[in-house]
Amino acid sequence: MSLPEADSPPACAAAIASGDRAAVANALNLLDDRRPAARREAAALLAHLQQHQDKPGGQLIGITGPPGAGKSTLSASLIRVWRRRGLRVAVLAVDPSSPISGGALLGDRLRMQTSAVDDGVFVRSLSNRGQFGGLSAEVWPMSIVMLAGFDMVLIETVGVGQREVDVARLCDTTCYVAQPGSGDSVQFLKAGILEVPHILVVNKSDMGAVATRTLSELESALHRTHPDGHWQVPVLATSAANGTGIEALADALEQHYRLLQSRNELVSRRRSYQSYWLHKRLLEEFGTAGVDRLGGEEQLLAELQAQDMNLFTQYETLRRRLDQRPINTRE
Amino acid sequence: MSQETVKRDRPWLMRTYSGHSSASASNELYRTNLSRGQTGLSVAFDLPTQTGYDSDHPLAHGEVGKVGVPINHIGDMETLFEQIPLAQMNTSMTINATAPWLLALYVAVAERQGVDPSQLQGTTQNDVLKEYLSRGTYIFPPEPSVRLTTDLIAYTVQHIPKWNPTNICSYHLQEAGATPTQELAYALSTAMAILDAVQASGQIPPERFADVVGRISFFVNAGIRFVEETCKLRAFSRLWDTLTGERYGVTDPKQRRFRYGVQVNSLGLTESQPENNVQRIVLEMLSVTLSKNARARAIQLPAWNEALGLPRPWDQQWALRMQQVLALETDLLEYGDLLDGSPVVEAKVQELMDGAKAEMARVEAHGGMVACVDNGYIKRELVQSHTRRLRNIESGELKIVGVNCFQESAESPLTAGEESGIMKVDERAEREQIASLRAFRAARDKDRVEAALRQLRDAASGGDNIMPASIECARAGVTTGEWSEVLRTVFGEYRAPTGIDIAPVAPGDAAALEAVRARVRKTGEALGRPLRLLIGKPGLDGHSNGAEQIAVKGRDAGFEIVYEGIRLTPAQIARAAQEEGVHLIGLSVLSGSHLELVQEISRELQQIGASDIPLVIGGIIPEEDAQRLQAQGLKAVFTPKDVDMNTIMNSMVTIIREANGLEPAG
Repeated sequence: MSLPEADSPPACAAAIASGDRAAVANALNLLDDRRPAARREAAALLAHLQQHQDKPGGQLIGITGPPGAGKSTLSASLIRVWRRRGLRVAVLAVDPSSPISGGALLGDRLRMQTSAVDDGVFVRSLSNRGQFGGLSAEVWPMSIVMLAGFDMVLIETVGVGQREVDVARLCDTTCYVAQPGSGDSVQFLKAGILEVPHILVVNKSDMGAVATRTLSELESALHRTHPDGHWQVPVLATSAANGTGIEALADALEQHYRLLQSRNELVSRRRSYQSYWLHKRLLEEFGTAGVDRLGGEEQLLAELQAQDMNLFTQYETLRRRLDQRPINTRE
Repeated sequence: MSQETVKRDRPWLMRTYSGHSSASASNELYRTNLSRGQTGLSVAFDLPTQTGYDSDHPLAHGEVGKVGVPINHIGDMETLFEQIPLAQMNTSMTINATAPWLLALYVAVAERQGVDPSQLQGTTQNDVLKEYLSRGTYIFPPEPSVRLTTDLIAYTVQHIPKWNPTNICSYHLQEAGATPTQELAYALSTAMAILDAVQASGQIPPERFADVVGRISFFVNAGIRFVEETCKLRAFSRLWDTLTGERYGVTDPKQRRFRYGVQVNSLGLTESQPENNVQRIVLEMLSVTLSKNARARAIQLPAWNEALGLPRPWDQQWALRMQQVLALETDLLEYGDLLDGSPVVEAKVQELMDGAKAEMARVEAHGGMVACVDNGYIKRELVQSHTRRLRNIESGELKIVGVNCFQESAESPLTAGEESGIMKVDERAEREQIASLRAFRAARDKDRVEAALRQLRDAASGGDNIMPASIECARAGVTTGEWSEVLRTVFGEYRAPTGIDIAPVAPGDAAALEAVRARVRKTGEALGRPLRLLIGKPGLDGHSNGAEQIAVKGRDAGFEIVYEGIRLTPAQIARAAQEEGVHLIGLSVLSGSHLELVQEISRELQQIGASDIPLVIGGIIPEEDAQRLQAQGLKAVFTPKDVDMNTIMNSMVTIIREANGLEPAG
């Protein structure tokens, strides 16, 4: 399939990097597209985008927590702060879909927008479509596109459990928003169901005593040093309703980013997200047997981590090793 | 019985909900209606006035004078009531978020007419809670809205004692899908929330609180199941009597009386074979007049052609004549209560009361009416009921003559004429309104306006009753937009829960739904990704029931749905469509401003390079406009005639297929 000049991968990649909103939207549609021709185009596009990524650019942040904790309104407040600081923001909002019809109601866009028409904010909703464990398969590739065009990329997911483990493994910084008054978060944290986030937030601190109690419970349940090492997990109180604590949250997010930068961890971390994503993808397609044929999980991850290749090239290489059928490579 | 000895009851107040284009055009209409025997006025305001925008605000574009009269300032209000002596008139105003402001203008006009405001009679609807659930003309968050409502109540009880300060509306709840039980429960819970708030505000001394309770009135819907509706009204009366006695200690039975006005069901009127609406309206009127002990105080009937577009004066006259025939020709008003002692009626009333009490207890357990509006509980219940109702129409279990049975019809002479049986709003109305608004602004005393607005801001952010400052604003020449802007700044704006996140309801026609699902899935596969649909409600129109039902149905048919509720700007809709990568945009417009809105959205889409996304629209759209829209590139127009939602879903799939170069029928 030959591409017209204006839509060529380098031209698209350049348009995305310049923040062209239509180009970002089209690229996200392309990454969502499962047809073989589109897959090849997507691979080419990602290859070009990742070439621009020697300097890792934006920060990839995951926000997660139980339904009703106020993630969307908190995100909206954060976006306002970032916009005031001159940062451009993209959001990937992941919603569940119905297992029966496959349909989904994708909501909360408006809650996340600071003003009606702001070129510096871009929101794409994604239903998780019941596949790929907790998080849609498209999340990592879409993050790559958003990182190329925006300073801050926010992935918002609902729920505790698998999805949130996923989000933790795909983001530079994870932020868990707890629901005041519900002991669940504390229980999950103690039981190890909840992956330790980089930042813990109790939103709705305007709820008063209930919020304060949750805050102190979380503080005592938590080992303050993150398993990553080098990072003390802050427990912050915010109120999206009153606009309090949001600047402090933005500051904490920035501090964590600076830490990663100063320790030169960004590139290797993103490579590990990619390895994790690839591993899951292969597992889904070829099962543990397939992964075993590639030497098993541990070796596979180590191998992927060591390579500096773009996502789809890596993916196609591995598939070729597994699949007897001839694989179409891009023209 | 000879004619002379018969003692007839006095008939109810007869009104027609009307207003359009401009204050002077509406004034002319009112005077005509009064001369034809109408005994009260019912003012319809346009959407900018209802949502607090001046006629020249960008959001007002295309909406000025459409569903009612535009009132920007005291000059407009004065024109509206020219040669109508307010001392004798009984005026009902369908106004909610901006109710204190419109009442302030009414008071100021009375002053100019030399009428003592304490003599004024009439009603402000002033029930914002139901706006979050159904009608959509709210502005502020629930808490400050309730405060404005209570300020108006406290003020009129003290200064305009014959005024009905609030009309708690179960009307719009029924339109949003409420069952009779839900109507009873939510309307009474609303009344309780408002009375509690008035009590808590401390503006009324305890010994006068019964006066407040006595002034609360209701605005009720009456649907086609007229036996059940009759029973509903009897249940309302009894529940209200108990509630006011037990909860608020009102001892005077007169102050415990359930006083209500009615508009019979507009949304149940059909576009197909619209002449059938006449008998629907008459039967519905019976349900609120039949039993003397629960008879309406005021009735307004819709016109037979409301599902087609705006009614003409002749259509409204016809509606008025229906009331006159019932009240004056028939012997209904010569008898006592016809239903007292009927065991059938009694059993039904009891059943409705029991159901309502149980639901009221649930609302109370969820934190009361205000909390249940804010957290989406009630909206979800309504969406669920409405979905069930539509599924029953789909399956044919619920019969609608001319719609899902007996669709064959001879051509109707009523809609055959040049104007296709509806009224056209003069397109010059908006321009002229804006010109007169600008002239008014230029001529007023700016210092006085500033001072009045400062006073208003202080009252809003302090705790003073909002009415005195609002009345001063009215006198000073403040505009609707300015009054609202001050309050927006102090109180903030609000977006209500959409309620569409309900569990799937069993389909009316499972095979048809499965067929649509298969097509949605197959087309998604052919296009490489799941089909996505943006449902947009542009403009100020808040009638969102249709949009919600399409969203729910779309989800059940396998679409990924992006729906963000009411009052979106064309720019927001276009951008959302692009960012979300949708395959189709479905717009819903019931206010009559579809031509302007579609044009603006197309322009926005073009500007951002997304004009390849196909656009369809649903709403009350006259045939002539539908053709115009399709000529401009709109892919489909759905109207109330299109009741089969599976068919709507199917056409959307076909349009997506065509737009993407697939075999349309596949």
